[in-house]
Amino acid sequence: MTDITLTINGHAHAIRVEDRRTLADAIREDCGQTGTHLGCEHGICGACTVIVDGEPLRACLMFAVQADGKSIRTVEGLADGDELHPMQRAFMEHHGLQCGFCTPGFLMLAVGVLEKDPDISDDDLLDVLSSNLCRCTGYQNIIKAVRAAAKEMRGK
Amino acid sequence: MTAHTKGSGMTWVGRAIRRLEDPALVRGHGHFTADLPATRWVRFVRSPVASGYIHNIELPAEGLVITASGLKGLKPIRPMLHKFNYKPVSQPILATGVVRFVGEPIAAVVATSKEAAEDLADEVKISISETTAVVDTATALNPAYPAVHSDVPGNVVVEGRVKTAEFDGVWGGAHKIVKLDARSRRQNATPIEARAGHAAYDAVTGRITLTCTTQMPHLTRTAIADILGMPESDLRVIAPDVGGGFGQKMSLASEYVVLVWLARKLKTSVAWAEDRRENLIAGFHSRDQAIALEGAFDENARLVALKADVVANVGAYSCFPTTCGVEPLMAMAELPGPYDVRQYQCRARGVLTNTCPMAPYRGVSRPVITFALERLMDKAAGAFGLAPDEIRRRNLIDKFPYTSATGLIYDEGSYKKTLEMALMAVDVPSFRARQKQAREHGRHLGIGFATFAERTGYGSPAFAARGMEITPGWENVIVSIDPSGGVEARIGSSPHGQGLRTTLAQIIADEIGIAPQAIKIVHGDTDRTPYGWGTFASRSLVISGGATLIAARKVRAKLIKIASHMLEAAPGDIVLEDGHAKVAGTDRVVAIAQMAREAYTQTHRFKGEIEPGLTETGSYDPPGTFSNACHVAIVEVDTETGRVAVEKFVVAEDAGRIINPMIADGQVHGGVAQGIGNALLEEIIYDEDGGILTASLADYLPPTAHEIPPIELHHMETPSVNSITRAKGLGEGGTIGAPAAVINAINDALSPFGVSIDEMPATPQRIRAALRASSFPSPARGGGLGRGPA
Repeated sequence: MTDITLTINGHAHAIRVEDRRTLADAIREDCGQTGTHLGCEHGICGACTVIVDGEPLRACLMFAVQADGKSIRTVEGLADGDELHPMQRAFMEHHGLQCGFCTPGFLMLAVGVLEKDPDISDDDLLDVLSSNLCRCTGYQNIIKAVRAAAKEMRGK
Repeated sequence: MTAHTKGSGMTWVGRAIRRLEDPALVRGHGHFTADLPATRWVRFVRSPVASGYIHNIELPAEGLVITASGLKGLKPIRPMLHKFNYKPVSQPILATGVVRFVGEPIAAVVATSKEAAEDLADEVKISISETTAVVDTATALNPAYPAVHSDVPGNVVVEGRVKTAEFDGVWGGAHKIVKLDARSRRQNATPIEARAGHAAYDAVTGRITLTCTTQMPHLTRTAIADILGMPESDLRVIAPDVGGGFGQKMSLASEYVVLVWLARKLKTSVAWAEDRRENLIAGFHSRDQAIALEGAFDENARLVALKADVVANVGAYSCFPTTCGVEPLMAMAELPGPYDVRQYQCRARGVLTNTCPMAPYRGVSRPVITFALERLMDKAAGAFGLAPDEIRRRNLIDKFPYTSATGLIYDEGSYKKTLEMALMAVDVPSFRARQKQAREHGRHLGIGFATFAERTGYGSPAFAARGMEITPGWENVIVSIDPSGGVEARIGSSPHGQGLRTTLAQIIADEIGIAPQAIKIVHGDTDRTPYGWGTFASRSLVISGGATLIAARKVRAKLIKIASHMLEAAPGDIVLEDGHAKVAGTDRVVAIAQMAREAYTQTHRFKGEIEPGLTETGSYDPPGTFSNACHVAIVEVDTETGRVAVEKFVVAEDAGRIINPMIADGQVHGGVAQGIGNALLEEIIYDEDGGILTASLADYLPPTAHEIPPIELHHMETPSVNSITRAKGLGEGGTIGAPAAVINAINDALSPFGVSIDEMPATPQRIRAALRASSFPSPARGGGLGRGPA
């Protein structure tokens, strides 16, 4: 067991974990942030995508001990109180979600990428979005939502 | 947003309002089953072999492990059909003496964490003497091979036959016979949330609450209570937010039975979260079907008779509640599809094998029968020298109501109009010009059509026709306004992504004059909702929506009665809008909240003329309705690699009255994407011993954003007389039509090579194999796709 501190959405969580515990399990079970979902636990579906030190990555492919001391952002930290993030609003406005299970992963992927590269081209954005799986929407409205939010985020 | 309601001439129904489900989900505040904490976690030890006898199970020295011998007295899962020569088979809750497919649960390991349960599971040593596995239907039907269940010799578990009276005469006199052997490989619905369950014991009442990823909470309660022999009132089933189901989560999981049994035994909370490997090998499969199809045409290319032999590989057990008859029997009943064909002969068999059980998956059988029938129409078009749209135009039904050769009654639709609408949208002549030009440069474009009927929203008579011992169909809805004015509808359906909280609220809003945003739809909790069948078969908006409308109309009638008392006006002068009852043309008004308060607390004022309270029930059990659509796919096939890129996808759809166009479009988008995945990528592959080769999402491939092109939608609305909301269902149509359209397009693209791809998915391997076997000159080289390397 190892003592580590995960800083999630600005809050420090001092936890004790087995070395084999994934970051995803630690976020969900040790820190109680269940908005990050697990879809495959082998790095394909991207439902568990979180932002670690500015990089969107799959929390099922990282051990919690590797994230010790790092700054982690999850879906719960996207909104500023009652004020939703433009990406969250865009998903609602453009019907970018149905069952909502993959949504946190897509939100964090899209936000993470656009913060790093606000002027990303439409083609490159499609490339990035194809790293996560959604089984409900056929991606049409996810793409629409992310493009709309990208525009708004650039405008700020 | 202003509350435009009946009185103002505006309605909520028909408007693309934002979903009421979304605010919690985009914040990560959804409640999914695996989010619940538990004191005990379960890991299932599953069979590594497809067929064999369990010799011995060696348990670890410490820790709790349950095997079949610990579950004595539990009934097996044994669904029943009373027709079609169905032979019931029993699925033990944990394998008992025999294993019948890779992934079958043998033991349940219980520990204080998931990790500890997995460690303990590794220490369970099971010795199995392997026996010959029958994996495909050809082997299973061969008398030299063993029976999967000794009480079903020959492995045919269900067999339906139908033949119309004048079939032989018409067949014999036909001008041309066109033949096809169509095949769909096995697929998995693959919801992004795999299955999960959590059973908790309540020390005060002794009751168990099972929270699980089910599409049918009430029937899950009934089934588990039956199996365990416990009073149903001692079990509460909750379907919280469910991360997609697509049919896979409507069949009873034996794992849930174990969880409830354990929670009762241990008097604590017990949880299981299926991992992706378990889901892919043991979470129910579908679509594994072969259809030998023949069509008899007259000299005008009119389909006069259809002959089919359907063989479905149903796996090792029969799923509850539909039974494994669901795939072959739906094929038999609905194969004639959207075409006016009067003579029909079909034999449809379900064959047991040592593979994961098959169960419903979005479209159930119809993606496969539509694929077969639409391939047949294209082949017939070729044989007659007609364009694909022309042969369809000559055969589509256009007089309503239409009674099919199997006795199904089609309400009014727009089969020909949606075909024309789709043709307009794609502009076939200019595509043909582009195709010709591309071929000159070694690039192979193709266009493919699929026209189909989507049977939706059918009630109990339709299910009874299948002879189901459990006959679903109706729905109940209770609409109430509480003394504070809060409006709530409690429904038996169990949505999991379909946006039903929004669409039902829109239906109620129009009746009672309260904005949908103020109306709460309660679902997925057997303690809070009336008994109902859940969400599957494109039924919830039609049936639960109909029951909602009936209940809301009763509430409306009562509100008008109360208002007429309170405002001293004739009922005919009362208007309900913007949360108030108003006397038309006056300033006399009372808030609905105030009326609700008085309906409970001032009943003496109504002189016994109005019953206390404001709660009304609606019940609806409709005959069923048919949506229809035409799908068109434009693809490019790289003949060097066999890779297919779908360039464009057009849908012209008629699902009757649309309650919320945004949600309707979303359903079609998602359905088409699954259909494209089914057409090109998705395949569960077994080796010859019944070992499964596609146990990860790196092997089983749902489409990503890259594989799905822009989907262009066009709508018509032919209101249904068989649905009181006039809405038809549309949850499955996208998936039903897309595989046929895509693979017809591939065949069109490959028409210079004389090949016919009649198998789905049309993977690069299958396309290349067909091209290699072709006697036509090998494809021109240098035909890249222009989208980078495959």
